[in-house]
Amino acid sequence: MAYDKFTVLSSTAVPLPIENVDTDQIIPARFLKATKREGFDENLFRDWRYNPDNTPKQDFVLNNPIYTGKILVGGRNFGSGSSREHAAWAIYDYGFRCVVSSFFADIFKNNSMNIGILPVTVSEGFLHQIFTAIENDPNTLIEVSLEAQTITLVSTGEKESFDINGYKKHNLMNGFDDIDFLHNIKTEITAFAENSKY
Amino acid sequence: MSNKPQTLFDKVWDAHIVKQVADGPDVLFIDRHFIHEVTSPVAFLGLKNRNVDVMFPEKTFATADHNTPTINQHLPVADVLSANQLKALEENSAKYGISHWGLGNPKNGIVHVVGPENGITLPGMTIVCGDSHTSTHGAFGCIAFGIGTSEVEMVLASQCIMQPKPKKMRINVHGSMGKGVTPKDVVLYIISKLTAAGATGYFVEFAGPVFEEMSMEGRMTVCNMSIEMGARGGMIAPDETTFNYINGREKAPKGEAWVNSLAYWKTLKTDEGSVFDIEYNYEGADIEPMITYGTNPGMGMGISQRIPTAEGMESGKVSYEKSLSYMGFDEDQPMLGKKIDYVFIGSCTNGRIEDFRAFASIVKGRKKADNVTAWVVPGSHVVEQQIKDEGILDILIEAGFELRQPGCSACLAMNDDKIPVGKYAVSTSNRNFEGRQGPGARTLLASPLVAAAAAVTGIITDPRTLIG
Repeated sequence: MAYDKFTVLSSTAVPLPIENVDTDQIIPARFLKATKREGFDENLFRDWRYNPDNTPKQDFVLNNPIYTGKILVGGRNFGSGSSREHAAWAIYDYGFRCVVSSFFADIFKNNSMNIGILPVTVSEGFLHQIFTAIENDPNTLIEVSLEAQTITLVSTGEKESFDINGYKKHNLMNGFDDIDFLHNIKTEITAFAENSKY
Repeated sequence: MSNKPQTLFDKVWDAHIVKQVADGPDVLFIDRHFIHEVTSPVAFLGLKNRNVDVMFPEKTFATADHNTPTINQHLPVADVLSANQLKALEENSAKYGISHWGLGNPKNGIVHVVGPENGITLPGMTIVCGDSHTSTHGAFGCIAFGIGTSEVEMVLASQCIMQPKPKKMRINVHGSMGKGVTPKDVVLYIISKLTAAGATGYFVEFAGPVFEEMSMEGRMTVCNMSIEMGARGGMIAPDETTFNYINGREKAPKGEAWVNSLAYWKTLKTDEGSVFDIEYNYEGADIEPMITYGTNPGMGMGISQRIPTAEGMESGKVSYEKSLSYMGFDEDQPMLGKKIDYVFIGSCTNGRIEDFRAFASIVKGRKKADNVTAWVVPGSHVVEQQIKDEGILDILIEAGFELRQPGCSACLAMNDDKIPVGKYAVSTSNRNFEGRQGPGARTLLASPLVAAAAAVTGIITDPRTLIG
C-alpha cells in the first residue's frame, strides 16, 4: 500500500511514558475483524482511550487536547507481543508518522517501516529528556531527519543520531516497499526455488 | 563450504539466502507459509491491487482458527465480521489454488498445531505466518517466525522475505525437570529471568538435557513462547524424538525421500566450538511450577513464591505498579490460595494431546470447583479425537468439564470466549497483557497442571500437592 515519503518531520509529539506497550493495547484483538484496511485509527489504544460505555477516558493522553502532533513517544519495549500489522496501521491512520522509543519489539519495528512509519530508537537518557521537555511544554517541537538520521529537540538544539539500514532508509525516503524490490529479482528467486529441498 | 563451526541457526539461515542486499536485509526463501483469516485478507487485497499472482501456491497453507467459535461449528458463524473473514480466506484460497482447511474440515485447527500434526512442518525449513507464535515450529529445527500483513503479501508474491540476520543466543537448561514441572514452567522461568524484551534482536537456540529429554509437544510449547522474551524465534536441534514424531505423518517424505531427508536433517545441529553472541545457563532443579502475576509474560514467579517488590525491578516503577494495580495484586503477596474464576486450557502453546493428558492426570477422580468456569479447548480436530480415543473426555465429563471445539478461543478472545471484566483466569495460553482475554480480564499464565489444580480447587494451588 502506498504511503507518504519520509524526509524531514518537524512536529509536536504525544508522550506515552509507559514501558512494554504491547500491540494488544495499541489495538485489541476484537477490532481486528475487518477485511480491508480502514477504520483502525478509531480503535487505536481503545481500552486506554475509552470507557466500556465508549465515553473518552479523560486522563488518557490522546484525549488531552494539549498534546498533538505526528510523533508518538513511547516507553521502553514499545510494540511487543502480537505480530498484528493492524497496530502499525492504527498508528499511521491516526496521523502519526514517527514513533520514538528507547527500544522496539522486532516485528512491530518491521511492520512500521513496511507501511511508512519511521521507528526512531534513542538512548534511555535522550528519551527521558524528550519526555521532560514535552511535560514542561506540550508545544515542544521535535525534528526528525531521516536523511541526516538525527532527532532534535528544536528549542534547545539537543540531538541524537539514530540507526537505520541504508536499504530501508532509501525505501522510506522514496515510498518504496519490499515487494517492489522482490519483483525485480524474480528470476533469481525462481532459480533458487528449483534447488529447494522442500 | 568453510570448515568454521556453524550453529544450527546459521546452517538453516544460510541455506535460504537468495540474495544479500548491501547495507540491508537478506532475501530469505520461505519453504512454508501458513495463513489464517485475520492477517491475510488485506494481503490478498494488496496482491489484487498490484495485479500480482501468488508465486508458489503449493507452499502456502490456510487454516481458520483465530476468529472461529468453539461451540456449534456446524452452524453458520453468527458474527457478521467474523463470517466475512472466514469467507475471504476460503475465497482467496480457492482463487489462488491454496490448500484451505476451513471450519468443519476434519484437519482444521490452530495453525501451529495442524502444521506439525500433518507433517507440513519439517526440520531445516524456513516457515512464516502472520502470527507471532509461528516460533512454535522452531521445535523441529526450523527458522520460524511471525510476520506482519505487508510481509504476508510479500511471501505470497515472491515466496521471500527481507530480514536482517538476527544475533544468536543459546539458552542451556541442565539437569532435568522436577516433579510437577512441565515445559511451560521451563519457558516461563526463562522469560521471568530474561524479561519480556530480554531476547529482542536475537534468534534463540534451546539446548541441554532438559530439552533433549522433552517430547515434541513440550518443545513446541517452549519454542512457541520464544516471542514472549522478545526473540525473533527459538529453535531446537532435531533428533530421534523429532524424526519419530514426523515419520508416517501425511505430508512427511516417504521411502527414498525419507532416507535422503533424514541424512540431511541429521546434519542440522550446532557444531562443537560454535560461537553465540550471548549464552545463558540454567538448572532444571531450580525450576518449580510457575505462574504469572503481572501484565507481561516476563512477570512470572515460582508458584510458592511471593510477588516481587517494585524495588530492583528493571522496568520502571510506574509501569510495574500500573501492572499490579490492573491485576488487583500487591507487592510481597503470596499467589497460593488466591481465588480464581476461570480456567482456560488450550491455545497453540498448550493445546496438544500431552497437555490434555496432563490436565486429566490431576482432574481424574476429582470434581471441578463450583466457583470455576472452565473452557477446555483442543488445538485441532485431531487432538479432539485423541482426547476421545484415550478416554480423557470421560475423565473430563465425570469431573464436570465440557470439551469445546478447536480454535484459538480465549487466548486472544476474538470470538465469544471472553473472560469478563475483573475476573481471574488461569490460562495455559501465552499472553497476560491487559485485556488480552477480554476487556478488563486478569490472566494468570501457567501450565496445564497448574490450570488443573486451580480448576479442581478453585484457588491457586501447587499441583505437586495433588500428584500422587
